[in-house]
Amino acid sequence: MTILCAGINHRDAALEIREKFAIGDHELVETLNHLRAIEGLSGAVVISTCNRVELYASSITPAPVMNAIQQFLRSRTSGLEAPFFTKDSLPSVRHLFRVASGLDSMVVGETEILGQLKQAYSAAAGHGSTDAHLNKLFQHAFRVAKQVRTETNITRGATSVGSVAVDLAGKIFGNLGGRKVMLLGAGDTSERVARSLVSRGVRTVIVANRTFDRAAALADQIGGLAVHFDHWHTAFDEVDILICSTAAPHPIVTREKLEPILRRHSERPLFIIDLAVPRDVAASVNELDNVYLYDIDSIEKIANQSLNIRQAEMVRCEALIDTHVTDFMHWMRNHPTPTL
Amino acid sequence: MPEFFFDSICPTGFFDFSNPTIESLRAGRHSDFTPMQNFLLIASTLILLCSFGYTLFRLGSGRMRPGRTNLAALIATFILLSADLWLRGQIERSCPINSLFDVVIFTAWSTTLIYLLVGSAYRLSLLGAFTTPLVLFLLLTAEFAPLDRSPTIRAIRDPWIEFHASLSLIAYGAFALAGLAGVMYLIQDRQLKKQKGGALLYNLPPITDLGVANTRLIWLGLALLTIAFAAGFVSGMQVNTIKFWTSATIWFAYALMVVLRQVHTLAPRRTATLSVVALAFILITLPAIQHLSAPK
Repeated sequence: MTILCAGINHRDAALEIREKFAIGDHELVETLNHLRAIEGLSGAVVISTCNRVELYASSITPAPVMNAIQQFLRSRTSGLEAPFFTKDSLPSVRHLFRVASGLDSMVVGETEILGQLKQAYSAAAGHGSTDAHLNKLFQHAFRVAKQVRTETNITRGATSVGSVAVDLAGKIFGNLGGRKVMLLGAGDTSERVARSLVSRGVRTVIVANRTFDRAAALADQIGGLAVHFDHWHTAFDEVDILICSTAAPHPIVTREKLEPILRRHSERPLFIIDLAVPRDVAASVNELDNVYLYDIDSIEKIANQSLNIRQAEMVRCEALIDTHVTDFMHWMRNHPTPTL
Repeated sequence: MPEFFFDSICPTGFFDFSNPTIESLRAGRHSDFTPMQNFLLIASTLILLCSFGYTLFRLGSGRMRPGRTNLAALIATFILLSADLWLRGQIERSCPINSLFDVVIFTAWSTTLIYLLVGSAYRLSLLGAFTTPLVLFLLLTAEFAPLDRSPTIRAIRDPWIEFHASLSLIAYGAFALAGLAGVMYLIQDRQLKKQKGGALLYNLPPITDLGVANTRLIWLGLALLTIAFAAGFVSGMQVNTIKFWTSATIWFAYALMVVLRQVHTLAPRRTATLSVVALAFILITLPAIQHLSAPK
C-alpha cells in the first residue's frame, strides 16, 4: 500500500491560482465520489483551505492512481498552467505531518490548520472515503501535531501587532472579560487591535477621534461608544487599555497629564499601546507604577522575536517528525494489505 | 485545647521509651538519627535538587513550560517530610519543633503544605518552580548548616504552646509563599516594563493575578499568625522580651501591609517588594528567635 499526495499550496502558487482549485463544502461529496471512482484507489481525503488544496490517497497501484488524480486536478484549471506537486510514500507522509504541525503554513507554527485537517478527515471518514491506512495516517498526524505543539516552542509568542497586543494584555490582566478599551484616534491598525481585544472578551470600547463622525462610525461598527476628542480624559477613569494612533505631531499623553488621572484609577494596571508615528505617548509614562507602555517598534520587535523563535524551533520539530515518519512507515510495511 | 487534637497533628501516642534513638537525639548526635530519618531527608532533598536542576535546564534551553515536575517533586517532598515529622514526633513526644534544626524542617514542610493548598487554587504557573528552590534551601540549611539539633525537653507539655508554635510556622509558610509570589510579581513587572517579550514573560502568570495572590497569601499568613498568637496568650507562657517584640514587629508589619493595601495606599508593586523584604527578615531572624526561646 502506498500513500499518495498531490495538490497546490501557497509555496508555489499565488492566490489567483489557488482560488481556482479551491473545493468548497458543497463540492466535497462530489469530489470524493469522483476520487473513489478511480480504479485502484483505496481511500481519499480532500483538504481545501485558503492556503492549500491537497488530496491524500492510498493505493496498491500508485502510478495509475497518481495519473488519474493529476488529471482530476488539471480538469479544474480550465487549461491554466498550475504548479502542482505530487509526492508518494515517505515524502507524502512527512508532508502531512509537517502540514498538521503548522511547519508548512504561511505563518509557521499557526494552529488553525490542525482544526482544518481534522474537519477534512472527519468529512472524508463520514463519507466512507477513508481506509485503515488513511485512518492510521491521519490519527498519527494529529498525534504528531500535538506532540510538536507541546514539546517545542513552535507556537510560542504572537506574530502580528494585534496578537502581540492581545498576548500582552493577557499577561497584564489575565482574563480580558469586562475590561474597558479606549481608542485615541481611529486608524486601521488600532481598529484591528481593538477588534482582536473585543474577540477576547473586552467589554467596552470608547473611541475618541478628531473627526467625531469617524469616531462614531467606528464605534458603531465595533459596538463601542464615541466621545469628542477634547473630552477623552473625562471618560478615562475606568479604562484599562489605551490604544493611541493619532496624527498629532507631539505627545498628547504625558506623565503630567496621566498622574492625576491614575490617582482615580484604583490601582488597576493601565496598558498603553502607542501605534502612532510620531508617538502619541511620552516615553516617561512607562516609568509610572502600574503603567505598561508599548510603542509600535517594541510590539513589532516582539512579533519578530516570536517568528525567530519559531524558525529556530524548526530543526527540533523536523527531528520529531522524522521519528514519527519512521514509525509510520514501519507500521505500513507490517500492514501491506488494504482493508476497508 | 484537648490533647488529642494536637496529637492528631503530631502523633506522639505510640512513644516507646525503650527506643534508643531518643537518647542520641537528646545528646544532639545527628549521626545517630535512624536510617529511616536520614533516608527521608536525603530523599526529599535529592528529589527537589533534581526538580530544580531540571527546571533550570528547561529554562536555559528556552523550553520552560509550566509543567508538573515541580508539583510532583513537592508532593513527594511533602509526603517524605510528613513521615519524617511523624517519626520525630514519636521520638520527641511532642510536635518536632524543639530545636533550630526541627524549626527549619517544619518551615520547609509548612511552605510545601501552603503551596499544595493554595498553588492549585490560584493556578499560578511557575509558582512551583519558585517554591522548589526555597524549600530546597531550607532543607540544605537543615542538613549542612551547623544548627543545634538537640531537642529541648519541655518541663510542661502544653497543647496550647505547641499549637501556638506549629501554627506560627505554618503562618511563616504562607508568608514564604507570599514572598515568592512577590518575587514573581517583580520579575513580571520588570519583563513588562522592558518591552522585550521573552520566554519568562510568557511563562509567568498575569501580573494582576500575582498581585492578588500576593495580597491573599499575606492575609492568610496574618490570620494564621493572629490565631497562633492568641493561642500563645491563652497558654500564659512566659515569653522572652526580644522574641516577643520581634514576633510582634513581624505581625505588625504584615498587618500594616494589608491595611494599607485595603485602603489603596500601598500599590501592588510596593506590596510585593515589602513581602519579599519581610520574608528575608523572617529568614534572618528565625534562627535568632529560636535561639532566644531555647531554655537556658
